[in-house]
Amino acid sequence: MSEPSVLQSLRDTLRAIEGNGHRRRAVLPFGAERIDSRLADGGLRLDALHEVAAATPGMGDDASATLFLAGIAARAWGPVLWVVRRRDLFAPGLYQSGLSPDRVLYAEAADDAEVLALMEEGLRHRALGAVIGETRRAAMASTRRLQLAAENGRTIALLLKRHAREGADPLAVPSAAVTRWRVASAPSTPLPSAPYALTGIGRARWDIDLVRQRGGEPFQLLVEACDETGRIALPARMVDRPVAAGGAVARTAAA
Amino acid sequence: MRRAEPSLAPPRPDRVAPGAFKPGWTAIKQRCDAEQGGKQCDAPRNSGWRPGAKWARGSSEAEGATWAGETRRDVARRIAALPAHQRPPMREMGRRSEAADHPYKRLPGDDGTKAGGWPEPAGVPIPSRAAKQHRPGSNDPGAAMKEVAAFLDTGRSTAATVARVRPPDHVPPAPPQDGASPLVTVQKTGSRIEVAAASPAARALGIIPGMALTQVRAATPEVIVRDADPDGDARALRRLAILLARRWTPVVAIADAQSLFLDISGVAHLHGGEHAMARRIVRLLARGGITARIGIADTTGAAWACAHHALPDTDGVALLPGGDTIDAIAPLPAEALRIDARALELLRRLGVETVAEVVAMPRAPLVRRFGAAFVTRIDQASGQVAEPLDPIIPPVAITVEQRFAEPLLTAEPIAYWIGQLVQRLADELAKAGRGARTLVLAAARIDTHVQTIRIGLARATRTPDHLLRLLVRRIDRLDPGFGIEALTLHVQRADPLGAEAFDGDLAEGERPDLAPLVDAIVNRIGTRRLWRARAIDSDVPERSVGGAAPLDPPERAAPSWRRDDVRRLDQRGQDHPWHPRWPRPARLLRRPEPVDNVMAGFPDQPPRRFTWRGVTHRIVRGDGPERITGEWWRRSGERDAIRDYYQVEDEDGRRFWLFRRGDGERAATGDLSWYVHGTFG
Repeated sequence: MSEPSVLQSLRDTLRAIEGNGHRRRAVLPFGAERIDSRLADGGLRLDALHEVAAATPGMGDDASATLFLAGIAARAWGPVLWVVRRRDLFAPGLYQSGLSPDRVLYAEAADDAEVLALMEEGLRHRALGAVIGETRRAAMASTRRLQLAAENGRTIALLLKRHAREGADPLAVPSAAVTRWRVASAPSTPLPSAPYALTGIGRARWDIDLVRQRGGEPFQLLVEACDETGRIALPARMVDRPVAAGGAVARTAAA
Repeated sequence: MRRAEPSLAPPRPDRVAPGAFKPGWTAIKQRCDAEQGGKQCDAPRNSGWRPGAKWARGSSEAEGATWAGETRRDVARRIAALPAHQRPPMREMGRRSEAADHPYKRLPGDDGTKAGGWPEPAGVPIPSRAAKQHRPGSNDPGAAMKEVAAFLDTGRSTAATVARVRPPDHVPPAPPQDGASPLVTVQKTGSRIEVAAASPAARALGIIPGMALTQVRAATPEVIVRDADPDGDARALRRLAILLARRWTPVVAIADAQSLFLDISGVAHLHGGEHAMARRIVRLLARGGITARIGIADTTGAAWACAHHALPDTDGVALLPGGDTIDAIAPLPAEALRIDARALELLRRLGVETVAEVVAMPRAPLVRRFGAAFVTRIDQASGQVAEPLDPIIPPVAITVEQRFAEPLLTAEPIAYWIGQLVQRLADELAKAGRGARTLVLAAARIDTHVQTIRIGLARATRTPDHLLRLLVRRIDRLDPGFGIEALTLHVQRADPLGAEAFDGDLAEGERPDLAPLVDAIVNRIGTRRLWRARAIDSDVPERSVGGAAPLDPPERAAPSWRRDDVRRLDQRGQDHPWHPRWPRPARLLRRPEPVDNVMAGFPDQPPRRFTWRGVTHRIVRGDGPERITGEWWRRSGERDAIRDYYQVEDEDGRRFWLFRRGDGERAATGDLSWYVHGTFG
């Protein structure tokens, strides 16, 4: 989508005023045109904090958010520190999203404060590609500390916000993150179905929702999950009517 | 100048003391009871009991003991109540008979002695508690009570059971220590396994170093065999040398694999004289389990000769009087001169046995025949050629300290001074060429209370910033009290560290150094909570991930196979254990949770519906089954276990990983229950 040039020049002025003006920021693009064009910097800023939360408290969306982060970390340039609260992260699942085990350091923290402290240690180290942490709540001050720790570096800070209790939206708390995402799992890519049998599962899909970004507009998108290199893709648009999921018998061509 | 030399016999492990068997009487009694299928007779003795007495029946039945006069049915009922492994074998039920011979019964001896092999213990000590009841009864050794015939008479007696449980006492021929078992260490030389060293008990039985192990085992089957560990022995000898160098004499050198040279000139008077000093050293080593012999003489050669070949006195010390040492060691055999085996053999063939004869021979032909080294040895023994010792230098711990005239009370000056100390420590470490692995900061308060902060480092380092950052973080643990008057930094563990390359931010390194990060994290949360994952080649999902140390990345080169190994024919190459062909979830539950209300086509269709944590999911898509069998080599209970894994998706798009135990055809593979194991993204 082409912007009017006035808006573009206004954006450049704003960016210059914001500080670090003319230096090009290092970004990690998603590699999909429709996403990168809608992001303010053309990708995820490498020296900033980004937040991701699952849409619902269930385990399915939680796993989708985890793999979303794993895909981003897989495309980061260096080692990854993943700070966990519980040991339920399954490394083969991460490997199949592109994050190989020799790149990841796992640290188990006892509570949220320790998660944030360890993330800050990783960010200050300046030799990591990405730092991922899982917390339930992070106050504005803590996220601002993380953002400050990430500035001037090349480590992308990713925070996975878990659901504190039923019904409480983890993204309701204000935060200093540059982008805030919400990820939900969506029905996978439809495969041709055989009659009276369950179809197989195609490539998984996610409903990702950029709730807030600094310097840009929110948007929602249905994407296909990461492949083995950690890249997400955009679903091909069906020209014809999409095949109904489940056991609808397709009219044969003879009809 | 006097030199002393202790010679060490190979250390004997103290923990192996099979001669000192302390019988656990309750354990033996329980085993006897279990083997005999209950107490043979627990009737109160000599108290007028007769079989079938009504007043006795009630109490003994409550204990489950056997008593004569029971009916067959009673006994059968009681047998059925026992667990299967305790029931007596079939042969014994139904009639009173001998027990079946166990398959490993010993054959009768060659000289016609009875089979059995376990000697009746002549002096089985009777516990004092039973001393009061020392009346003849059926449980005592050697007793044969005919009127009380328990139904389950297995033909064994307590005495035989005790003898079996307790290893037979050895009467060694004439060892220095009573009851010690012969112990040998073995090493593999060429194609046979030889005895490297033998304990005194073994040597008394005729086992000498150099014998083949098979020969030893054939002659004395009860010998205890351990692997020789020459590296460990060398390290232990070095540690011993450092210990002696710290406390007894400054010059300690390692002579050979079993001997140390100590130069005690000028030191002996501090320990009460030469003989007293040597005696104390022998006793010190004996407390540590090492048998030592010390030889004291004027020259190194003579001291070596005395220690190895002279007869020591009762304290283990052979002291040579001052003066002409060659005359003093004249009666010793020629090996005492430390000459090589070839020369020794030649000397023996020439008929030269003792040092006196060697010395009496003219020198020039000796040089021509044996070489100059031979003659040097003689000169070293007589003192005409000096033999300088190469002493072991005990490592010195690196410490820096700062004392204060004004005691420190607040955190800023403490942090400042820690910074200064760390700088000085880095300089000291650089001078010594080492890097610190464990540091301890000791803060001494005015009231003499010392507080410590300890930090550990994953890699040896002497970077001041890194150490300072780790220390400063812990400052709030210090409580200054009335003031800290001294700060000391001790290096508890240091590893050698050469000059470090300066890269800093200049190089875009291929592999960034994670050691400082690991240190920082480990010093905050501990080593057990920082790890890397490692792929383990196992199909069972919860076993396919292992932990690895954080710093060394788990790249292990594939082991190279021999040239004729059949695996070389496989050109395909190995798949990664986590290959994407077998999809794995992102989150795995610690324990698979059972799901209810499952409706699935049988035997290989994914389920159409299941209920988990109260929510019913209707499945619209599914993949599977992936059949994972149990690993029988790990647990025998898994030999037949099968799990069929299905990846399913419900109508909202949530993807789960379910499995069903069992393949549906054989019941042994599982009970067809369904579980959820993880969720996919």
